[in-house]
Amino acid sequence: MRAFEYASPTTKEQAVALLGEKWGEIEVLAGGTDLLSLMKDDVAQPKRLVDIKEVKELQGIKYAPATGLRLGALVTMQELLENPAIKKEYPALAQAADGITSPQIRNAGTVGGDLCQRPRCWYFRDGMGLLAQDAKGRPLVPEGENRYHAILGNSGPAYFVNPSSLAPALIALGASIRIFGPKGPREVGAGEFFVTPKTNGEREYVLKPNEIVTDILVPPAAGARNATYEVRQREALDWPLAAAAVALKMSGARISSARVVLGHVAPVPWPAPEAEKFLAGKTVSEQVAQDAGASALRGAKALSQNTYKIQLAKVAVKRAILRAAQGRV
Amino acid sequence: MARSRDPDKRPRKGLSRRAFLSRGAGLAIAAPIVTGTGLPAPQGAAADVKILGPGKVPVTLRVNGKTHSLNVEPRVTLLEALRTHLDYTGAKKVCDRATCGACTVIMGGKEVYACSILAVEAQGKDILTVEGLSASGKLHPIQEAFIEHDATQCGFCTPGFVVACKALLDRNPNPTVADIEKGLGGNLCRCGTYVGIRQAVLSAAKTMKGGRTDA
Repeated sequence: MRAFEYASPTTKEQAVALLGEKWGEIEVLAGGTDLLSLMKDDVAQPKRLVDIKEVKELQGIKYAPATGLRLGALVTMQELLENPAIKKEYPALAQAADGITSPQIRNAGTVGGDLCQRPRCWYFRDGMGLLAQDAKGRPLVPEGENRYHAILGNSGPAYFVNPSSLAPALIALGASIRIFGPKGPREVGAGEFFVTPKTNGEREYVLKPNEIVTDILVPPAAGARNATYEVRQREALDWPLAAAAVALKMSGARISSARVVLGHVAPVPWPAPEAEKFLAGKTVSEQVAQDAGASALRGAKALSQNTYKIQLAKVAVKRAILRAAQGRV
Repeated sequence: MARSRDPDKRPRKGLSRRAFLSRGAGLAIAAPIVTGTGLPAPQGAAADVKILGPGKVPVTLRVNGKTHSLNVEPRVTLLEALRTHLDYTGAKKVCDRATCGACTVIMGGKEVYACSILAVEAQGKDILTVEGLSASGKLHPIQEAFIEHDATQCGFCTPGFVVACKALLDRNPNPTVADIEKGLGGNLCRCGTYVGIRQAVLSAAKTMKGGRTDA
């Protein structure tokens, strides 16, 4: 790891004043489970780390039935997992955190870090850049080692998949992300937080280099049945191959409206409006759930090695719907 | 407005001596002083925030109940500080990327990967390494159980596993096999001693029942 300077501010104003205008020069440190690995591999070479863990106002979980849930950016995955209100009202979030099958990662990793972690794409992690292009700017991924890459939103130049565990559930639940920067606070929808970069120097989210995530706000679930289902290669620590989160508003046995969001299949968390439209007015059954999975993946296009992910994603949608309908945690 | 013929009253192109001095004084205060890495020193809201490094900084770590003072650069991880500066070589450096668990220590009551925490961040927290389990030469029941159930082969992952087991049993003194598999999901054994480890945890849980044997 290259040498850097370290600062540990105690307020969010201090934290953003310590950040810079340029990506890469200064990085935000929270749980460290991603950033320090990137630095050891020289993929990240910051000159300064701004450790935000002492900014107390970024901590804490608050839930009230009328206003919903507020997660401080520093809430750890383990704190999220252990929270009884989240388990009851937002099982999609608890199930997503439970999918991070390493207690060590859950104890250190934060919800803000889950959103801001960099892609797990091995080209990126190997120092070939976010878009992994050769000297002539041709993408290496489409005909390369792409078995874990995107099956949706993969017409280029980005082929990696968004690595966030929580994002699909947050988008399905209608959450918003609060951001703080030199000009004060701003708020964006969880779906708008993620963007597909067009150049290697860009990031996968709308944060500016001198902004930090402060809170995640989730509106009241108001009885919406919600769930996350992940398909992983291993039961132990691994990132999913495909995941889906759903939130179903019910009217009796019928679905009145649905949100379906896929994870780990595209450079951004991928909403599936076709499946949402299909589910509206239906009564949940295994067949309906399966058909919803098929319609969610209708636009999918495999790269040379990842056709199998299309089937996994269909199954993730199907099982997330069935899990939500059963209300099983 | 008519242009003044008096050169002293004409707007000047450069700076007057007075203006130069006053602005110069202002610049001296606001001049960007750079830090050791060449970045502008923090200003405004962050003016009083201390910047540590990139050179060595004093760090105090509390390991297994003992306080240690050392001088390390901010880039030194807790694992490196433990192993190469304090000679606690129980925690192992294997993947060094927060995925294998060989470096597991308990910090503030929670199991963490020491490879992915900086030594400067670990200050003020109680750190327990595998060395802290076998106080006064007597093995911890988890260690006894690992021997009893042949839960090691090459042994390189073992200290991390033992510490992860300790954290698991602290949280859940009576785990099921499923709880054990999940609770140890952050540790890898390339030799595949998982069967022995499962048995060791079950048997250690029995031994430890009725009174925690915290080191």
